[in-house]
Amino acid sequence: LIDKEVIYICPFNGPIKGRVYITNYRLYLRSLETDSALILDVPLGVISRIEKMGGATSRGENSYGLDITCKDMRNLRFALKQEGHSRRDMFEILTRYAFPLAHSLPIFAFLNEEKFNVDGWTVYNPVEEYRRQGLPNHHWRITFINKCYELCDTYPALLVVPYRASDDDLRRVATFRSRNRIPVLSWIHPENKTVIVRCSQPLVGMSGKRNKDDEKYLDVIRETNRQISKLTIYDARPNVNAVANKATGGGYESDDAYHNAELFFLDIHNIHVMRESLKKVKDIVYPNVEESHWLSSLESTHWLEHIKAIADKVSSGKSSVLVHCSDGWDRTAQLTSLAMLMLDSFYRSIEGFEILVQKEWISFGHKFASRIGHGDKNHADADRSPIFLQFIDCVWQMSKQFPTAFEFNERFLITILDHLYSCRFGTFLYNCESARERQKVTERTVSLWSLINSNKDKFKNPFYTKEINRVLYPVASMRHLELWVNYYIRWNPRIKQQQPNPVEQRYVELLALRDEYIQRLEELQLASSAKLTEPSTSPSGPSQMVPHVHTHF
Amino acid sequence: GEQLLCEASTVLKYVQEDSCQRGIYGKLVCTDFKIAFLGDDESALDNDETQFKNKVIGENDITLHCVDQIYGVFDEKKKTLFGQLKKYPEKLIIHCKDLRVFHFCLRYTKEEEVKRIVSGIIHHTQAPKLLKRLFLFSYAAAAAQNHTATDPRNHTVMFDTLKDWCWELERTKGSVKYKAVSVNEGYKVCERLPAYFVVPTPLPEEDVSRFQGHGIPLWCWSCHNGCALLKMSPLPKKEQDDGISQVQKSFLDGIYKTIHRPPYEIVKTEDLSSSFLSLQDIQTAYFKFKQLFLIDNSTEFWDTDIKWFSLLESSSWLDIIRRCLKKAIEITECLEAQNVNVLLLEENASDLCCLLSSLVQVMMDPHCRTRIGFQSLVQKEWIMGGHSFLDRCNHLRQSDKEEVPVFLLFLDCVWQLVHQHPPAFDFTETYLTVLSDSLYIPIFSTFFFNSPHQKDNVGRESQDAQSKPLNLLAVWDWSVQFEPKAQMLLKNPLYVEKPKLDKGQRKGMRFKGPQGQGGRFPSWFSLFPASWTRTALSSTTAWPEHQRQLSLPLTQSKSSPKRGFFREETDHLIKNLLGKRISKLINSSDELQDNFREFYDSWHSKPTDYHGLLLPHIEGPEIKVWAQRYLRWIPEAQILGGGRAATMNKLLEMMEEVERLQEKIDARPHSREAFPTEAPSLVRSSARLSSLFPFALLQRHPSKPVLPTSGWKALGDEEDLAKREDEFVDLGDV
Repeated sequence: LIDKEVIYICPFNGPIKGRVYITNYRLYLRSLETDSALILDVPLGVISRIEKMGGATSRGENSYGLDITCKDMRNLRFALKQEGHSRRDMFEILTRYAFPLAHSLPIFAFLNEEKFNVDGWTVYNPVEEYRRQGLPNHHWRITFINKCYELCDTYPALLVVPYRASDDDLRRVATFRSRNRIPVLSWIHPENKTVIVRCSQPLVGMSGKRNKDDEKYLDVIRETNRQISKLTIYDARPNVNAVANKATGGGYESDDAYHNAELFFLDIHNIHVMRESLKKVKDIVYPNVEESHWLSSLESTHWLEHIKAIADKVSSGKSSVLVHCSDGWDRTAQLTSLAMLMLDSFYRSIEGFEILVQKEWISFGHKFASRIGHGDKNHADADRSPIFLQFIDCVWQMSKQFPTAFEFNERFLITILDHLYSCRFGTFLYNCESARERQKVTERTVSLWSLINSNKDKFKNPFYTKEINRVLYPVASMRHLELWVNYYIRWNPRIKQQQPNPVEQRYVELLALRDEYIQRLEELQLASSAKLTEPSTSPSGPSQMVPHVHTHF
Repeated sequence: GEQLLCEASTVLKYVQEDSCQRGIYGKLVCTDFKIAFLGDDESALDNDETQFKNKVIGENDITLHCVDQIYGVFDEKKKTLFGQLKKYPEKLIIHCKDLRVFHFCLRYTKEEEVKRIVSGIIHHTQAPKLLKRLFLFSYAAAAAQNHTATDPRNHTVMFDTLKDWCWELERTKGSVKYKAVSVNEGYKVCERLPAYFVVPTPLPEEDVSRFQGHGIPLWCWSCHNGCALLKMSPLPKKEQDDGISQVQKSFLDGIYKTIHRPPYEIVKTEDLSSSFLSLQDIQTAYFKFKQLFLIDNSTEFWDTDIKWFSLLESSSWLDIIRRCLKKAIEITECLEAQNVNVLLLEENASDLCCLLSSLVQVMMDPHCRTRIGFQSLVQKEWIMGGHSFLDRCNHLRQSDKEEVPVFLLFLDCVWQLVHQHPPAFDFTETYLTVLSDSLYIPIFSTFFFNSPHQKDNVGRESQDAQSKPLNLLAVWDWSVQFEPKAQMLLKNPLYVEKPKLDKGQRKGMRFKGPQGQGGRFPSWFSLFPASWTRTALSSTTAWPEHQRQLSLPLTQSKSSPKRGFFREETDHLIKNLLGKRISKLINSSDELQDNFREFYDSWHSKPTDYHGLLLPHIEGPEIKVWAQRYLRWIPEAQILGGGRAATMNKLLEMMEEVERLQEKIDARPHSREAFPTEAPSLVRSSARLSSLFPFALLQRHPSKPVLPTSGWKALGDEEDLAKREDEFVDLGDV
């Protein structure tokens, strides 16, 4: 669309003269100095805010230009010439294509004509996934009550509910749950049949309303497993917040109304706290890493503390639990998906993880459009919050603690995050399944999983050992949590970690060597069986070509 | 011989991992070597499963020197115990210097025995001791016959002979400008210095004795470009007497003229006493830092967890590590990039001098990253360098003020390097950890003297009765502590020795050390050409041994006196040496900072050559806590089946498999029979390793998820199920 000569003010290496190219998908910058090396390649989707800096009167070098705030922990600053409206042109083009919604333009994903040899939209099929979990069974059934999203417009079309609850029961329960998000099954334990059930808060209100149907419904859930005397309810919020929610009609399950349930508050803060926390993280890592007070600065962001809180609460997912927060689409999704990741090794494979995200996040209505603000120029929108990023961070922390338990590598997680913002794929667009269906997202856009699954090797962790029944118990101690340097500080060339890590590199080399040896051994076997029939004349076997491996034992 | 001093029976040793106060009954004994707990039910204590067993110190043994603090619990209150006690506690808590915490319940023990054992332990661990009463000597006397077969000298250069120093000069090509001298033989000149050391060639030997070795630049190491790292203890201060300081001044002038003349070029001084860390800083920091790991119970662990980062920062231990690494990089930059000699100055030159000079060598000299090289380095810089281990570890309990963990700080700095660049080191972090533990095992002489003079002399004193030479053990003989199987865990499987050179190049590097390891090069290289040769070739900082040409330093000796650098420097230096403090020499100048940044950034922007110069990352997030050493005894901190141990284990398994396959291929043409498979494997057990392997306490119970703020309850059935699942390993299609 446009190309211009600009000066990119790199926070690490100083100003660089370059030529900027802007397409309807991305912005890239080629250096004019060092053999036109590509310096920047930024999808416009990551842009959160564009500001003009300096005015007509501003003096000093490079003080006139644009300052672009990105959603992925960096800022881009360009200095432009004052003459010829070059700044105005660039500003307008960028604003138009970075925030297409404000200009009634389509999001890029709808224009993307990429073809992959795998169709990522077929990865998640709810019926198949529930069947994998052994559902339906005697106690749980699949219901189509929400087929046209008439029961709950933010839930998926297909739901799993207790066998003993009729569709009418469900409708009555829906009236007592915030936004009709009734308790439905997320996951069932293959052996002991305990379950993870998710929902939103009950509409108790100031007067402490009760609802017999809701109470009965929870009891029915509890009874799906005879060994359980009490159903555990995890309210993800801090106690005070849950109480405060009564004022707006919400609340929590009280002891006297729900006799056979035990309620725990998990003290996880809301989206606003998380947003501010991440902002502080950016302050200490970009552009320069706080050196002298690194640790206390890191602590004051509370980011890791929040990560810990989430990981911590999840590690108890061992009996039948019902999880909710206020609306059941942020903290609840974090908790259920992390619990499932720990309990079910299937979700630790690449496809399994894709299914997990597709199911617990995308289909159950995590409001990606509002939380990320795709194509929306309102950068200060209070609805924005890095909830999904936080979940991915938890996954990373877990994969760091259990380096052999996950089929995917760090790059997989970073790729997901990059395309969370990029708008190149339809995967993370819109707030819920019904909206996606209206927009025919699966027909009109490409899935992120198409990109990943057509090139799986790039995203594989060589250390992965498939252990089907392994349950992970991460240690939710600050002593083990680390800031995800390769994500949060990846723009800083000084922090660049060794890629790939030497242990992994060596392991991959050994794997290749093993395969080569196995092949050679097979060849030898063939050769020697051939020799039996025809006595050989050459005594020098191929083994002389084989170099010796020296392991230090 | 070890002698029993006192004992008490029916002592309950708590299993620390939970608050429910379960434990094992047994006998608590105190000998002149250690405090030991002997379980009544031996089978309960016997874990044959631990492959990493120390032969000298068992799981329930605490050497007397390893005891840090002793606490007594009186009516639920914890108090420090020292001196004479009026009342005896119902519970004894021992904090060890290797950060173990023991809880002994004395409630069921006879009162008489309680008195005896508690006062015995307090006396033998806290009362000041005489050097000759060290267990070392009685052990050496008793063990003289037993331990003669293994000689650590086969490997490690001890630097107690002139020959060793000459060899080191040869190895580093330092012999052109420096000479080994024997002027201090028999400690005639001074007791502070070793019998042999190295000085600049033109320096007259009588100068050494003039001020008892003070004011003499001592050689530490020579860089490939001929620049050297030197250290010096300044002349003693004589404030009132101008006459003497005049004498000193002219003496120093003479010294500096000597090392100024070609081929020495310019010298940059680093005054460590005035412009760097103080020992006090290190002491305070470590004192705060270690408290973070001496945790009594699970509640304490979780209570401190939320404040972990600020607690860690307020100890400033990591910051001290960063400053040491940074200073070492600065010195490296001078030697490597600016071709400047560096002279380290410190009172006695035996604390921070040892730390920095050895750190610089670890970074610059790949030989120091082999185990033999590292041990030789410790011998050279720390043992012969006269680091006062006896005082710094407070082995004799004579002065708490002198107790400063300088050597531990060095090991922690090296650990940062090992952690950041694992393939560059021949040894593992486990090696560093057991080395740090060995500081407190009084059967090795290595860390139990203040100077080589003290060792030689006390040895001589105490031997007169038997007129039989004392056979003091060096810590470097690892077979004393570990079985061969356990010793393998000290060796880094990722390390690859330097590639073999072709014949033409090999001429220049005939020396492989007087007791060299022989010419056995492994052939990893032919197997892994891609990753190794690429880095070696592309890095300009690469420092292949064959490039060390004898002529190199001399061609550079066009030192221009016009620079005027040295003159000024001398003035500063003299003022400084005379005790008139000048604030920070040129350290703070912007130019220096720029040089540093440029050097640092340019090194890190290139691929790492593991056989060349090695620099650490020193940004905030890169300096880490040495979890294996500090967290190893805390059950809450271990991740079952996780951490780096998990990947290393997989790597080892793969190596074994590859090796087996190769043997099969080799055996193939000769015999058509099936090759005997399944060689015994090192760490192959289906049981999951702890992230703190090989140290973590053996867990007999599955680790429960902890939910501190809410009341998670374990349901009996579920827990069993959890356990069963965790142990069931499905190998799938792998």
